Amino acid sequence: MKHVISHINKAFDHRIRLGIMSVLMVNEWMEFTTMKELLQVTDGNLASHVKALEQEEFIVVTKQFIGKKPNTRYAATAAGKLAFEQHLNALEQLIKQSR
Amino acid sequence: MEDQRYIDQLKDIRNIMDRSSRFLSLSGLSGVLAGIYAICGAIAVHCIIQQRSYLYVTLESKEFFQIVVIAFAVIVLSISTAVILSAKKAKKRGEKIWNKSSQRMLINLFIPLTTGGVFGILLLKEEHYGLIAPVTLIFYGLALVNASKYTFETLRSLGIVFVVLGLINTGFPGYGLYFWALGFGVLHILYGTIMYLKFDRKQAD
Repeated sequence: MKHVISHINKAFDHRIRLGIMSVLMVNEWMEFTTMKELLQVTDGNLASHVKALEQEEFIVVTKQFIGKKPNTRYAATAAGKLAFEQHLNALEQLIKQSR
Repeated sequence: MEDQRYIDQLKDIRNIMDRSSRFLSLSGLSGVLAGIYAICGAIAVHCIIQQRSYLYVTLESKEFFQIVVIAFAVIVLSISTAVILSAKKAKKRGEKIWNKSSQRMLINLFIPLTTGGVFGILLLKEEHYGLIAPVTLIFYGLALVNASKYTFETLRSLGIVFVVLGLINTGFPGYGLYFWALGFGVLHILYGTIMYLKFDRKQAD
């Protein structure tokens, strides 16, 4: 039981952070505006959760210009994908064990 | 209590993964209507062919022109119905019809579909008339299989059935119209109904 809990990752223990990682697991990258629409959150809210995940090095942020428009893209790192998979497995284990 | 929270989280994850990578506003009802248009078109073409007294419809004839007009009408009607009904469904789901997943679905649909269309026109030019119906059925099937990764999984099996139908049709040249009616008509109605019952109606609740 103890080792399962240790895989529950505090970094993912929030609905929006969970959402960001879910999107980046199935998409190579996602841009800021589309991410915002998908998760139905405000600019500031998304930015703060992105920052938290970036600090853990679970995602990378690339900023570039398309013409004159700034464009921000997110992608999951290999470490981020691994950590998220472990987190999902741990969630499933917890549900199984308590049944 | 904790348990339910984890179950909900897993459901959320699944939902977001699907929403961000698949276009799920594709309307099943539009498939049924496209099938009905196709059958009406096939009946009209059948009547035109029955009326003429000679054996072949030549490319310069009035009949050929009429058949092309009917085919175009069916295609235009089917596509506009699909766009209108999907836009309506997308609005209800709070999704944009022109987004990354619908674009990805369309690109992957149109690569095999355009190939098949161009191939069909080349066959027409080379006078391989008997192969046109099988080729269009096969390429449409492959297009559906390819697009199914970016929308409902159900399209994959529909695509495979189209490919099989096209291959069978290859052995029966001259019956293309009936295979077309069976594929674009009956199969669309059948799968459209399944998708409507499985996905559209459920979301309307």
